[in-house]
Amino acid sequence: MNLDFSWMAWTWPTAAFFGVIALLLVGMGVWEYASPGGNPRVGVLRFETTRGDRLFLSLLGSAFIHLAWLGLVGPSLWWALALSVVYAIGVFRYV
Amino acid sequence: MDKTWNNKAWFLVLPVLVLVAFTAVIPLMTVVNYSVQDTFGNNVFTWAGTEWFEELLSSSRFWEAMVRNLIFSFIILAIEVPLGIFIALNMPKKGWGVPVCLVLMSLPLLIPWNVVGTIWQVFGRSDIGLMGYYLNAIGIDYNYVQDPFDAWVTIIIMDVWHWTSLVVLLCYAGLVSIPDAFYQAAKIDGASRWAVFRYIQLPKMQRVLLIAVLLRFMDSFMIYTEPFVVTGGGPGNSTTFLSIDLVKTALGQFDLGPAAAMSLVYFLIILLLSWVFYTVMTNYDAER
Repeated sequence: MNLDFSWMAWTWPTAAFFGVIALLLVGMGVWEYASPGGNPRVGVLRFETTRGDRLFLSLLGSAFIHLAWLGLVGPSLWWALALSVVYAIGVFRYV
Repeated sequence: MDKTWNNKAWFLVLPVLVLVAFTAVIPLMTVVNYSVQDTFGNNVFTWAGTEWFEELLSSSRFWEAMVRNLIFSFIILAIEVPLGIFIALNMPKKGWGVPVCLVLMSLPLLIPWNVVGTIWQVFGRSDIGLMGYYLNAIGIDYNYVQDPFDAWVTIIIMDVWHWTSLVVLLCYAGLVSIPDAFYQAAKIDGASRWAVFRYIQLPKMQRVLLIAVLLRFMDSFMIYTEPFVVTGGGPGNSTTFLSIDLVKTALGQFDLGPAAAMSLVYFLIILLLSWVFYTVMTNYDAER
């Protein structure tokens, strides 16, 4: 069977993007195996979140940070990436 | 929480994972790939980077469609929720009227979206449509094909006709679950009709109303088929919502890159709304 995925129009940057997402999910799986239960807690949002929720919030928020940067500042996204990392650390620390 | 040691459970989840991979993950990956490239067909792509996203975020067409979507959602919520509560309060609670009303209320929900659009497209026509013909006959200049206001009114009435029943049925379910003891206590205290509604019925309907509001908001935000069949997004762009604009870009203009970028932004907005929906629901349950 010949599996041809050329119709998906893969590029190295998008492959790297999905690779990072996959690594994050594997990392979360390993973390869950090492420390089961998802570490639920009530943070600044005043409702219970697990570490899976915090990853979701980090990724979703990062997407909006990048979009806002593109729309308001310009096409260079390195600062947006740095801001997203700071945001994700904040989410994992305080949410 | 204890670890789950029954690894056979993974095999039961496998079919769902495969299905989701084919129906959601692979298409999503493809859309992400398309969003950073340009193509003129024949499976040949050139790198465009963030160009389509920049173009989209500075496009007045996109923001106008977004504003139209938000206004539409706001209007139909402002009509459907109070109307749904009003009808549910006035529906019979016992006797032969109950099944009759429930069936009548369910009928619009059973009609496919494109059929609803076709019904209202014909109904509103000024030459052969029952509503359009008689509105013109009594002197009201109504023409949804040429007048943006008439087009909006038609789409809003159509959505109200199609979906108020959902709000009614949810509210009715909330109302019939209230034990008689509450009403008897209110009667003994001499509570007015308004007091019964404000302090007994409304609090008991709170959960179903929350579901109704969020379902209707998300559904109206993604509306496509009905306005597409009735007005095709016109006259001009007056009823072009995000989903219609997206299909016009992707299939009408064959601009797959910009359409993919628009899809992703639209997807992120829906994802955010879904998360708000999920969070509000789960926290409401936790508080109870």
